[in-house]
Amino acid sequence: MAAHFPSAATDDFVIDVAGVTKRFGDKTVVNGINLQVRRGEIYGFLGPNGSGKTTFIRMLCGLLTPDAGTGTCLGYDVRTQQAEIKRHVGYMTQKFSYYEDLSIRENLDFIARIYAVPDRAAVVQKSLERLGLQNRSHQLAGQLSGGWKQRLALAACLIHSPQLLLLDEPTAGVDPKARREFWDHIHQLTADGLTVLITTHYMDEAERCHRLAYLAYGNLLTRGTLDEVLTTAKLSTWTVVGPNLRVLADQLRRQPGVEQVVAFGTTLHVSGRDAALLAAAIAQIRTPAHQWTQVRSGLEDVFISLMDEAQDNFS
Amino acid sequence: MNPPRFTFHRFWAIVLKEFIQMKRDRVTFGMMIGIPLMQLIIFGFAINADPKHLPAAIRSADQGPFARTLIVALKNSGYFNFVREAPTESEAQRLLQVGAVQFIINIPEDFSRRLLRGERPTVLIEADATDPAAVGPAVSATRALAESVFNRDLPGPLSRLRAKPGPVDFRIHAHYNPENITQYNIVPGLMGVVLTMTMVVITALAITRERERGTMENLLATPVRPFEVMTGKILPYIAVGYVQVTLILLAAHFIFHVPMDGSFMLLYGVSLFFIAANLAMGITFSTLAKNQLQAVQMAFFFFLPSILLSGFMFPFRGMPEWAQWIGTCLPNTHFLRIARGILLKGNGLAEIAPELWPLLLFLTVAMTVGVKRYRQTLD
Repeated sequence: MAAHFPSAATDDFVIDVAGVTKRFGDKTVVNGINLQVRRGEIYGFLGPNGSGKTTFIRMLCGLLTPDAGTGTCLGYDVRTQQAEIKRHVGYMTQKFSYYEDLSIRENLDFIARIYAVPDRAAVVQKSLERLGLQNRSHQLAGQLSGGWKQRLALAACLIHSPQLLLLDEPTAGVDPKARREFWDHIHQLTADGLTVLITTHYMDEAERCHRLAYLAYGNLLTRGTLDEVLTTAKLSTWTVVGPNLRVLADQLRRQPGVEQVVAFGTTLHVSGRDAALLAAAIAQIRTPAHQWTQVRSGLEDVFISLMDEAQDNFS
Repeated sequence: MNPPRFTFHRFWAIVLKEFIQMKRDRVTFGMMIGIPLMQLIIFGFAINADPKHLPAAIRSADQGPFARTLIVALKNSGYFNFVREAPTESEAQRLLQVGAVQFIINIPEDFSRRLLRGERPTVLIEADATDPAAVGPAVSATRALAESVFNRDLPGPLSRLRAKPGPVDFRIHAHYNPENITQYNIVPGLMGVVLTMTMVVITALAITRERERGTMENLLATPVRPFEVMTGKILPYIAVGYVQVTLILLAAHFIFHVPMDGSFMLLYGVSLFFIAANLAMGITFSTLAKNQLQAVQMAFFFFLPSILLSGFMFPFRGMPEWAQWIGTCLPNTHFLRIARGILLKGNGLAEIAPELWPLLLFLTVAMTVGVKRYRQTLD
């Protein structure tokens, strides 16, 4: 199958785009995004609602044409070779978009026919078994719960053995156990050479990605491995344990240099981008009653900080 | 760049999917069968362009034999049902005004005497002509009656009083439907009307439904091509269209006894183009409409002229020229002529050819517009 692709994909980048821009009317939804995704990688795409994640993914899989920018997806030009891209990409939409009045098997069979999958019956059967759907294969898709719909959608977008999987918030509204199974499955697939670009709002999921990108207001704010994202963010964070945390939190919020004060149970997380200013602020309030510890910033702290920053810069 | 090309497996995938969805959607499927039945009953049984037994009142001042003969003859024509006698002029006018009768037959008092004197007495027939179509046939029947009604009552020397033949003898042969039976005209026409009504709507919903349910995004993300989607969505409904055609033809033969002079195979064959033309029209609406409601409204917008300006309801040649032009652009107009031609006149391929190519042209144009309008991206 790989021989079928043009070998132009430099450095084995499955996605390699630069300056990708999309405007709807006078609103720029995606603004000059550069992104490289290597073969076999799970690339996490994060960002607040309406940040342009879905629009960007739609441009990658040929559903939308970029207004500016160049690049390739699986070695095919994203602006001109959309038909080729569609043939080798599996795309799972944010909203369930298979036929609710068709059974699980009929849905899979339909997609398999569309892609002219060889040995169709066997492939459909195998796909049902792999996702544990064989006992429900005659159930109508419309009667399935969220978790089962998600399994069906994943099975359907894998049925033509795509080289790249684009997953748009695949685990929204799915319970933790099903989410974990889903991620195990994704890791298994990438071990076999599949590349996955996935959007999510869950931090634990973000941490299971090989690489991350954070998008806000159509701009790519940061990208890299988890460590790289945390390091480049230059955010310092303290935790504090002790009595009267609510009063303390109010005090802290009034201090210069304190950007985030978030309660996690009996612990407060206090973060700021300027480490010295934050330390000074804490020193002023600090009493022996509270136990202060400087910790490594969490991904969520970093993203919220990035988002606040983006709000200042772009909105 | 890969040129857009048709592949059978993708086309067939769509066909199978549509068949399954049609099977699951019992209500729509029921309508497909119910609508032709309902229209057959309504149009087939209820419409009559040659209404008889119309209520009439008599104001006769003459009790002589000629007046009686005239009344009996009018009654025997089948057009009049004498429901009452009107003693006075004002009473007669009142009956007409309130709609209790549609005709008043006024026979003057010295009718018989003046007739025998050869003075051509006047019989005034007052008609409620608010609906000309309703009284028209009765009025013409009365005219024809006047020529022969008294022939038996005017024997021997009185025969000089009989109606004199005009200088020219008009012989009228009413071909194809000599008895002027409305059903012969309506029922074949119904085929076109039913197909226009159901086929356009069903495909008008086809793509908007995919869009509204969100399945379109998925379909667009696959390599399926516009022409494959369209033809794939059309084919299952061609089968439905044939079920409807068969239903109507069966009813035409066994219930309405419509003559079937032409070739069945030809009618079935030609129906394919008409069904496909309507389905393509629906698909095109479907690509224009933003939601299912709009799609249905568009289909209705198409359906109205198809029923009113095609010659189904009203004589085509009676319409002003602009209306005839609109009618000429509608596939139903041509299909009506083909269906009536084949069934009533026994037309063959050569005779229907002038009506066949406009159908093909319409099909091609509708399909092309639809494919062009079908967007392969979400842009």
